[in-house]
Amino acid sequence: MAIIEAHGIRKSYGSLLALHDVDLAVEEGEILALIGPSGSGKSTLLRVLDLIEPANEGELSIFGIDVVAERGRWLDLRRRMGMLFQRPIVFNASVYDNVAMGLRYRRASGDEIDRRVNEALEAVGLSRYTRSRATDLSGGEQQRVALSRVLVTDPEVLFLDEPTANLDPTSTATIEEIVMRLNREAGMTVLISTHDLAQGQRLAHRVGVMIEGTIAQTGPSSDVFRAPKDRRIARFVGVQNIIPGRVVSRTEGLTTVEAGGRQILSATPPPADKVEIVIRGEDVSLHRREPMHEEAENLFPAMLTRIEPAAPFVNVTVHCGCDLVALVTARRADALGLREGVGVWISLQAKAVHLIPLTGH
Amino acid sequence: MVNGNPIVEGFIEAIELIIALDPQVVEITIRSLYVSLTATFFAALIALPLGALIYFYEFRGKHAVVSTLQTLYALPTVIVGLVMFLFLSNIGPFGFLRLLYTPGGMIVTQTVLIIPLLMGLTVSALSGIDRDKRYTITALGASRLQTVMTIISEARFAVMAGVLLGFGRAIAEVGSVMIVGGNIRGATRVLTTAITLNTSMANYSLSIALGIILLSVALGVNLALSLVQRR
Repeated sequence: MAIIEAHGIRKSYGSLLALHDVDLAVEEGEILALIGPSGSGKSTLLRVLDLIEPANEGELSIFGIDVVAERGRWLDLRRRMGMLFQRPIVFNASVYDNVAMGLRYRRASGDEIDRRVNEALEAVGLSRYTRSRATDLSGGEQQRVALSRVLVTDPEVLFLDEPTANLDPTSTATIEEIVMRLNREAGMTVLISTHDLAQGQRLAHRVGVMIEGTIAQTGPSSDVFRAPKDRRIARFVGVQNIIPGRVVSRTEGLTTVEAGGRQILSATPPPADKVEIVIRGEDVSLHRREPMHEEAENLFPAMLTRIEPAAPFVNVTVHCGCDLVALVTARRADALGLREGVGVWISLQAKAVHLIPLTGH
Repeated sequence: MVNGNPIVEGFIEAIELIIALDPQVVEITIRSLYVSLTATFFAALIALPLGALIYFYEFRGKHAVVSTLQTLYALPTVIVGLVMFLFLSNIGPFGFLRLLYTPGGMIVTQTVLIIPLLMGLTVSALSGIDRDKRYTITALGASRLQTVMTIISEARFAVMAGVLLGFGRAIAEVGSVMIVGGNIRGATRVLTTAITLNTSMANYSLSIALGIILLSVALGVNLALSLVQRR
């Protein structure tokens, strides 16, 4: 059952349109990552879904309750959810009082607050700071205080707004671990926004890509990475090669596309006559001589035109009618003796060649 | 006694007056503190809730109200003195209260003088709580009242700093207490008016003694302010 269901959400601040046409369903117990560039509306969407601020238009139901019609129940619904923000936020009080805030708002008894706060601080490894002033802690510690402050209230849905964007790798790992465990053991539904693609992939069952105020694509992260629906998504998920082409024929499950005088085979059904070919750099294999037992459908000679280090990889640009960028490990580039001006062979599986309709740009 | 320089002599005499706890000096100091502390207390009682109301409620002209308050920070004390004099005198609407030339009247006047300052500083202290903190409070499930209480408690040090500034303005001003209080010996004479009078009467030692005391009060306020602001 969908625990959150949103349709046609629109939100603007004055003349600035932050969200439009947002459709999203979040299943109970899943981890959904919203990925997208800064300013694409991720934080705003999380705030709208956590009922921190109202949308201007659209339908929204949370826990099966139509929240647009029932404004009177927002406080109760909000108390079943929790949100952790990007910037570590602590209040000018002791660590204990910071973590107790949500429980005090809910009028929990003193004994219960005592027990749960101490438990929560234990869990994030901050017991020794219980009586310290929260503002004196480091950024990573403050974020852990903020996380325990949310978790003591036992939220059914947890929103994380770029929770680790400002943190060191150790604090990031701690927070990711806690979130994954809560999801696994307590079945907590988690919505996390991040501009870190790897974090999205690591944590989430499903990702939604936000571009310019709307959700452009949702699905398992592998789909979004390998088969982006359009050029903007492809760009955001780090596709190196987006090449315009023309569909020539379609036979036996393979589409032939002509680009730069070269015919390339793709396993994607043609979405239009004029297309763009989307190829991830790591899917392009380089060889020094013609491979004998190569099973890739696409195999052709090319001229190496540029080598660019991008540790631990190198970006190798080759020309074969059109320019293609291949991602090669630095070690392999050495072993192959790659340098500008040499002739190489490239192989490419038809499955790795994704097609999107060509749009004016 | 050192012969010659009246300033040096006055300074030495002033120290003697303070150390000996001269009754006149003590009386004036206590009255000054009493008037300004009481005025600050009543001003805070009125201005803090009003400032909070202005901050928490959205209404038309809110911006104009806040700008007006900020302009009134620099309200000339003699203007306040003049207006309050007219209000409290026998020909004014509050003449029946018989507050003119009494410490009570001075308290009312200083209260009026620093209310805009305390209101304005309360608004800006509360505005100092950033948006992310307010989102956090909401997300933690605070009701409307709980939100207000949390924000006020979070801004408490900044609000306190505003109150201290208000007290500093009250105890240091001379214009309005001179007009409304009349600088009557043993009744309405305070540090600032006593310094004015004694200086013009070439009674430098008493002026310097009172000046040293006024300076130490101001210094004390500043010290407290920096302690509060460090929190």
